[in-house]
Amino acid sequence: MEYFSIIFQEVYKILFLLIPVLVSVAMIVWLDRRVWAFVQKRQGPNVVGPFGLLQSLADALKYIFKELIIPASSNKVIFILAPIITMTLALIAWAVIPFSETQVIANINVGILYLFAVSSLGVYGIIMGGWASNSKYPFLGAIRSAAQMVSYEVSIGIIIINVLLCVGSLNLNEIVLAQKNLWFVIPLFPMFVIFFISALAETNRPPFDLPEAEAELVAGYQTEYSGMMYAMFWLGEYANILLMCAMGSILFLGGWLSPIDLFPFNLVPGALWLIFKILFLFILFALVKAIVPRYRYDQLMRLGWKIFLPFSLIWVVLTASYLFYFNLLPVN
Amino acid sequence: MAHAIFFYIFSTIAIISAIMVTVSKNTVHSVFFLILDFISISCLFIMIGAEFLGMIMLIVYVGAVAVLFLFVVMMLNVAQQTNQWFSSAYSSRHIPIGLIISIIIFFELIIVIGGWKYKPDLFNQKDLNFTDTVSNTHSLGQILYTDYIHIFQISGMILLVAMIGAIVLTFRQREGVKKQNYIKQISRERSEGVEVLNVESNKGVKIDD
Repeated sequence: MEYFSIIFQEVYKILFLLIPVLVSVAMIVWLDRRVWAFVQKRQGPNVVGPFGLLQSLADALKYIFKELIIPASSNKVIFILAPIITMTLALIAWAVIPFSETQVIANINVGILYLFAVSSLGVYGIIMGGWASNSKYPFLGAIRSAAQMVSYEVSIGIIIINVLLCVGSLNLNEIVLAQKNLWFVIPLFPMFVIFFISALAETNRPPFDLPEAEAELVAGYQTEYSGMMYAMFWLGEYANILLMCAMGSILFLGGWLSPIDLFPFNLVPGALWLIFKILFLFILFALVKAIVPRYRYDQLMRLGWKIFLPFSLIWVVLTASYLFYFNLLPVN
Repeated sequence: MAHAIFFYIFSTIAIISAIMVTVSKNTVHSVFFLILDFISISCLFIMIGAEFLGMIMLIVYVGAVAVLFLFVVMMLNVAQQTNQWFSSAYSSRHIPIGLIISIIIFFELIIVIGGWKYKPDLFNQKDLNFTDTVSNTHSLGQILYTDYIHIFQISGMILLVAMIGAIVLTFRQREGVKKQNYIKQISRERSEGVEVLNVESNKGVKIDD
């Protein structure tokens, strides 16, 4: 009986997180298209519902009622597994995101490692989908994304080390609390910029969307997908983008902390601050999509390995020596 | 109770997927089973409280090593992507070597584990600080960067040497490949690229001489 009540409570908490995440993914797709349109002096989706807010809902309905086409020569089990894995991985990572000091499903010791591990597993959905389609374009897209995501993970990992040096803990709540006086975006500003660009590459967003570059690869790894399976890829992709924004705001923008610890600001609940920060980062993502042209593949690799990796390594040395020299290392 | 149930679930998945790695006909399927194996092993690590090891296992093996495995395996010819080691004529050649290696590894494991079992002071646990106040990551760091710093550094150097060695072995400079030189491209002036000429009619102008 005791187990049942615990399980019931946990399921309640999980649903209370997952349903808002899924709804906000739908809203964020609309926001993305809207920002993209405004930059190009268009209107964007503005027909369905007020300001076109229900556009994503209409799209989702369309996807649900479309026929699922599974290519005859595909590897069927893996073909169906791929979108499921993408979506699951994008959603399970939210378990450790703290919305305030207590509002978190799993406050684990190695929270940031868990986030990093889950985001590095995200590549499997794409590889499996691309390989199982048994077709040229998806396969090329899958191979590109495998190389791209592994490369940019390296620099994200080193940027995380930079932050961890200042915190002294892998727990996400402690990372947020360590920024009580000064958000890490100020002392580690170059790392924030590199993290942002690497997050673009990690989530296959423009200008690094080579795995699905429509001019070269039709739609990359999604070419053979249709109906709900395509929608799941899509949901997973945007949930991943939101997750990277959440990771960026926790690592650099002080998570659920209010910007100033003064009267009107600290009345706003922490969850709202985190949502504002995620939205801010997401609008930056959307602006980048509208402004920057797509990279060539060799330029992408050069940027990852020859610029970001050495630069972030040098910053690790700098941060560590600064903390050591001024005796600021967080020892407990 | 729940702990035991989860332990048996994860270890069963680990063993079955380890068997499937060798048995499955398709090489790509083998790699996927290998990934499943890694994931269930890291779950087992987390269950015994070694959360840091479990996560590192996920990040390093599943997130990077297995991706590169897949990368290589997928590049093989799709028509030949079947594992014929157990059915073809070559099987008699491969199986003895595999057997010898696995028997050696088996005995090594027996020696190591038997050593712990019958001579407990070989496994000196007092160095590791297993308390509730210090997290798993902290206690690992305290021992890895103090008592075993040299071994840690040497293993890092070995990995670096292996990495550079692999690059040196496979790197080959090809002739006639056009490369983009960013500095040259950016530092180009207008005077080098553009020239204004007066063209007489019916004469034309000769460029590129």
